[in-house]
Amino acid sequence: MTGLQDRLTPEQVEEFGRELDAIRQRIVADLGKDDVDYINRIIKAQRGFEVAGRGLMYLGFLPPVWLAAVASLSVSKILDNMEIGHNVMHGQYDWTRIPELNSKTFEWDTAAPGDNWRHSHNYMHHTHTNVLDKDRDVGYGILRMDPDQPWHPYYLGNPVYATFLALFFQWGVWFHDLEVDRIIKGELSWAETKEVRRKMRAKAAKQIGKDYVLFPLLTGPLAPLTLLGNASANLVRNLWAFAIIFCGHFPADVESFTESETENETRGQWYLRQILGSANITGGPLFHIMSGNLSHQIEHHLFPDIPARRYPEIADEVRAICEKYGLPYHTGPLYKQLASVAKKIVTLALPPKGTLRTLVGGHTGRSTGARQVTVDAPRDGVAA
Amino acid sequence: MTTLLPRRATRTHKAAVSLAERLLTPHGIDRYLELVDPLLVRSEIRARVTHVEHPTRDTVTLTLALSRAWRGFSAGQYVRVSVDIDGVRRTRCYSPANSQYGDPRTLELTIKVDPNGLVSRHLHEHAHVGMVLGISHPDGTFTLPAWRPDFLLFLSGGSGITPVLSMLRTLHDEGYQGRAVFLHYADAADEVLYRDTLADLAGDSIEVALGYTATESGADVHGLFTPEHLDAVAPGWREAETYLCGPPGLMDAVRTAYTDAGVSEHLHTEEFTPPALEIDTASATGTVRFSRSGQETANSGEVLLEQAEQAGLRPEHGCRMGICFSCTQVKTSGCVRNALTGEISAEENEEIQLCISVPVGDVDINC
Ligand SMILES: Cc1cc2nc3c(=O)[nH]c(=O)nc-3n(C[C@H](O)[C@H](O)[C@H](O)COP(=O)(O)OP(=O)(O)OC[C@H]3O[C@@H](n4cnc5c(N)ncnc54)[C@H](O)[C@@H]3O)c2cc1C
Repeated sequence: MTGLQDRLTPEQVEEFGRELDAIRQRIVADLGKDDVDYINRIIKAQRGFEVAGRGLMYLGFLPPVWLAAVASLSVSKILDNMEIGHNVMHGQYDWTRIPELNSKTFEWDTAAPGDNWRHSHNYMHHTHTNVLDKDRDVGYGILRMDPDQPWHPYYLGNPVYATFLALFFQWGVWFHDLEVDRIIKGELSWAETKEVRRKMRAKAAKQIGKDYVLFPLLTGPLAPLTLLGNASANLVRNLWAFAIIFCGHFPADVESFTESETENETRGQWYLRQILGSANITGGPLFHIMSGNLSHQIEHHLFPDIPARRYPEIADEVRAICEKYGLPYHTGPLYKQLASVAKKIVTLALPPKGTLRTLVGGHTGRSTGARQVTVDAPRDGVAA
Repeated sequence: MTTLLPRRATRTHKAAVSLAERLLTPHGIDRYLELVDPLLVRSEIRARVTHVEHPTRDTVTLTLALSRAWRGFSAGQYVRVSVDIDGVRRTRCYSPANSQYGDPRTLELTIKVDPNGLVSRHLHEHAHVGMVLGISHPDGTFTLPAWRPDFLLFLSGGSGITPVLSMLRTLHDEGYQGRAVFLHYADAADEVLYRDTLADLAGDSIEVALGYTATESGADVHGLFTPEHLDAVAPGWREAETYLCGPPGLMDAVRTAYTDAGVSEHLHTEEFTPPALEIDTASATGTVRFSRSGQETANSGEVLLEQAEQAGLRPEHGCRMGICFSCTQVKTSGCVRNALTGEISAEENEEIQLCISVPVGDVDINC
């Protein structure tokens, strides 16, 4: 595999960065009422599905209605978490100065408190995308998602852990923000996580309170059916979010990086890493909305704070730029990307074939003179 | 006397609201109610425009119906009005012109178009019946003392009439028995706002006089303000508690007159436009750290709000002139200069207004 810094000459990287900056500037200058109207329409639809879902549970003794209620509530939670929550909390609508669309105060309908997630996602993941040991979203600290993560017998359970993570994804994200791996490594003390834990408890209590206590009780004798319905909606959302997110970074050909490769990165180099470390999913407009436009993971990683509804309109241009510079633009339909991720999860559960790991990055690309030191030190596992 | 019934009713009501909040977590009840009708919100104030009038060529008067969170105001105070323009929420201060009595859910704003201004122009051109605006609770200390003085003098120019008209209307509704003189300046007759209202207010206790600054006849006094105008329309004015609001030129001239007469403690003022800030970018030193967002920037010598915005942050703010306190943030350490007053403060964990605070050396802001 070609090293991160070797694909383009420094001049090319800068030119490439300027072309992407130009797209960004054009879109930012064009932001306006249409973008606000769009997100308000999505919010209205989400609230509509939510109210419908909660209401239909009162007729949950009729199986088709129960199914409709679950479907409605699932759509509500998916819209809330993905096209609304994820994107608003990225600051995509901060320019509107509308308090309800403010990234710092928005809260979403899932277990993880917005505050905790903003730190681990916006900062740790988006700044250090696919940098092993830095991007804590690589395998969420429990999976082996990259051949460079040293193998350990623990990882034999990779497929099992992945299945559990998918089923309980909201709790995975909730727990992830506690950064247990860093606590174990001694980078973070238990006491320092007090505030994070307080928020985790408070948010969890509220979410459990409404989905598993209050709404079921309010439907009286139907309480067990309602509880089951709410749990199902959470499950549907969990599976969907897991699928979209894992397809964004872990299909086979997506690359990961080392800390040394990304030292002193210029803006152009940062853009480059975002493109190499992300993958899109193809689909229709409805699919894009339901994925929170994370089906345009590449565009999202280039411009995380531009309203996601703009990604489809710039995708062709980004792709053309990639072609121009000979860079891969990873994309494929959902089933293909999912299969690729599943294969990776299973393959990486097993120990590597050779006993000796390659310690020195074997770069084959052109030497540019501006190359960073690329000797990879053996890395600690990210798993507990 | 309180009966048991209403108290029980309030308790039931409170319990219902609290249950609704628990069910509608994390977004809260208002985020659902507003989709039915923006004025149903409980914890914020919204206003619906119920009447639009253009009293002069470059002004618009809006009558507003307010949502339930509104708790009334004192004559002379202002509210922050928010309106979305091209997708961006803009907030400006406006002083209600109506009496503090009367329909408690109604507000009247008179807005003069600033030809280069954003919000005033937008409202002048686009305000229509049914339009929804955001409104803050009232603010400001430009108000009458609770014990109404026997002799009051009101001076205003142009759109500065709004807070003093509110005071006059309030006094009128109270059946004020003292002596109140109102001298209002406009360029010429066709620029006079609220002419009919003023005629209605005038009576035994309230005297109304007009000054035209750009015409020689037709008013009680003519030309730019001089103390002689006061001698003419309000003899004994040095004894009067005086309330002044108008363009900077008028404000400065009146301030000078009151200082010269040695009675500046009688003068109370409201500024619509702020005095120029003292900014010195040449000798700026140090680093500004915005700790919550992890941003850092070399101190440019401009106010912190602008430095924050240049660093890509978007702190909440309103008037950008030190009036509305929307941009208040905690300064954890370092020293800032108040660009309005020149005052320097180095206290730790102090609340400062970003829009008028200039860093002096290294400063840490929790923003
Ligand atoms: C306490 C208080 C009460 C008030 N009450 C009233 C009231 O009752 N009625 C009323 O009419 N007004 C009132 N005002 C004034 C009002 O708040 C606004 O300031 C006024 O309406 C102008 O707002 P705007 O958005 O139209 O102008 P803005 O867009 O804020 O522009 C104001 C001025 O700044 C200049 N400017 C804007 N952008 C730039 C730029 N990029 N470069 C250089 N110059 C620029 C423009 O020349 C313009 O003259 C009050 C103000 C305060 C503080």
